Amino acid sequence: MITLINIELYKIFKKWRTYIGFIAIGILVPIIHIAMVFEGKNTIDFMTRNIQQSFVFVGNLLNTYLISYIVLTSLTVHIPFLITLVAGDLLAGEATAGTYRLMLTRPVTRGKFVTAKFIAGVIYTNLLILWLALMSLVIGYFIFGVGELLIIRGDMIIIFEQKDVLWRFLCAYGFASLGMTVVASLAYLFSSLVENAIGPIVGTMAVIIVFVILSAINVDLLQSIRPYLFTNYISSWQLFFDDPIDITEIFKSIGILTLHVFLFFGATLIIFKRKDILT
Amino acid sequence: MENFKDELIIEIKNLSKNFKNLKAVDNLNINVFKGDVFGFLGPNGAGKSTTIRMLLTLIKPTKGNIKIFGKDLQKERLSILRNVGAIVEKPDFYGYLSAYKNLEILSRISGHDISKKRIMEVLELVGLAERYKSKVKTFSHGMKQRLGLAQALLHDPELIILDEPTTGLDPMGMKEIRDLIIHLSRDQKKTVFLSSHILYEVEQVANRMIIINKGTARVEGAVKELLDASNLSVTFEVNDVEKAKSVLLNTTWSQKLKGITNNKMELSISNSDVAMLNRFLVENGIDVSSIIPTRSLEEYFLKITEEAS
Repeated sequence: MITLINIELYKIFKKWRTYIGFIAIGILVPIIHIAMVFEGKNTIDFMTRNIQQSFVFVGNLLNTYLISYIVLTSLTVHIPFLITLVAGDLLAGEATAGTYRLMLTRPVTRGKFVTAKFIAGVIYTNLLILWLALMSLVIGYFIFGVGELLIIRGDMIIIFEQKDVLWRFLCAYGFASLGMTVVASLAYLFSSLVENAIGPIVGTMAVIIVFVILSAINVDLLQSIRPYLFTNYISSWQLFFDDPIDITEIFKSIGILTLHVFLFFGATLIIFKRKDILT
Repeated sequence: MENFKDELIIEIKNLSKNFKNLKAVDNLNINVFKGDVFGFLGPNGAGKSTTIRMLLTLIKPTKGNIKIFGKDLQKERLSILRNVGAIVEKPDFYGYLSAYKNLEILSRISGHDISKKRIMEVLELVGLAERYKSKVKTFSHGMKQRLGLAQALLHDPELIILDEPTTGLDPMGMKEIRDLIIHLSRDQKKTVFLSSHILYEVEQVANRMIIINKGTARVEGAVKELLDASNLSVTFEVNDVEKAKSVLLNTTWSQKLKGITNNKMELSISNSDVAMLNRFLVENGIDVSSIIPTRSLEEYFLKITEEAS
């Protein structure tokens, strides 16, 4: 199994498309940092405009934690697309290239083949989130330094002490990784059904967009199905920035997302084991 | 060509595969013995590739049973595939990797300990050693076909399954592949299952063969026997066909007369009778302008190939 995973990782990282995600994050995050160098003070003023009359803010509010929070909020919506570029290609790419015939005529079980590919895809997904974390926190640290984290949630202000922030970010990135693993699993499932990587990419993004829209519409009927849409739990990393933290809600979200990973992967396994390789 | 008739390498029993309403393979039975170069012949769409895909577990049969090396393919797939090398249809590789890297990846999952030296040996054998570092996407179809053969031979398998291995090769390349197949069988005692739609190709290398069409077996047996001269159909082109007909009518040749069209007479005779009949016609004042031998098997194969296309 380890050999197969190594082979799959080698194949993933020998493909140009794998680096699109890393390059996109490598460009976007520094751009956000540069923008904050020039516009950061205005952003803070805008965030605190309603409470400036009542409070006096001291210290370094424009710091790497605030910027990392903003980056994580905005990019978790777009990162799924970067994930599907690779995850959607894992099986469909082999079908397109006709290389199933090479791999599956060797003494390797289909179960191991599919599992190794999936694990390689999950490793890629987690590396992408790790890259996002490093780019956000490290670049911000050198430009802005660290400080307290100010979060405005509705009409509530939450300010975390500097020493109380890093672990929350580490947990949030870990949770974001799980959320993105669900996206990767869905793209992988679609990848097992077709023979062209475009289908899984478009299919996964379509599912995510439809689910997000359904969640956002404020109609009772749609709100009642909201708990059953996995996209609803992807942004639950924000729970780590509540005070106090709702542990029950976090474990519930982790459970639901993990269940989705197993469901999507299990379905892929069953489909692929029964599949006739005709390409 | 030597073979060991008592040891079955491939045993296919009542094999069928349906794709919805299409019967791709219908109740096929094949026995391949150790040391055989077994020709698997049929026109395009006859069911050859589907059968080969079932032999390699890429496709699940609808019905029937396959045994390889005496083991049930469904139950002992992994141990069987350790000793099988194959090319299935067109040779596809990871184009973004080098020839060497493609083979290295396959060697790691072959179930054998394959050295770098062995990888270079097979690349040398197929004439690609100098291009081992080149990415496969820069290869011509013929080069990919050679690389396909290299990957099939990489782990020194006992059974080699080749699906149209000469497709896309130039005449010299085709001859080299044929020579290699003969070498594998004669010198290395390998069993080769060779699929082709070219009768001539099978005739050159195989000792036994089967012709399939529309998923069913049509002709099966030893190549030598099937292509034996006794099955010759010979067309004589003569200057006076009526006179020739009357001359033949009073002899035993008339029993071998199959038909007369324009100035041509078709007879079913053996190879050794051709010269004798020619002399007989000339002695009776009939000029023979051409003699065209056609083997009945070839005729049959051409007919089903034309029907298929």
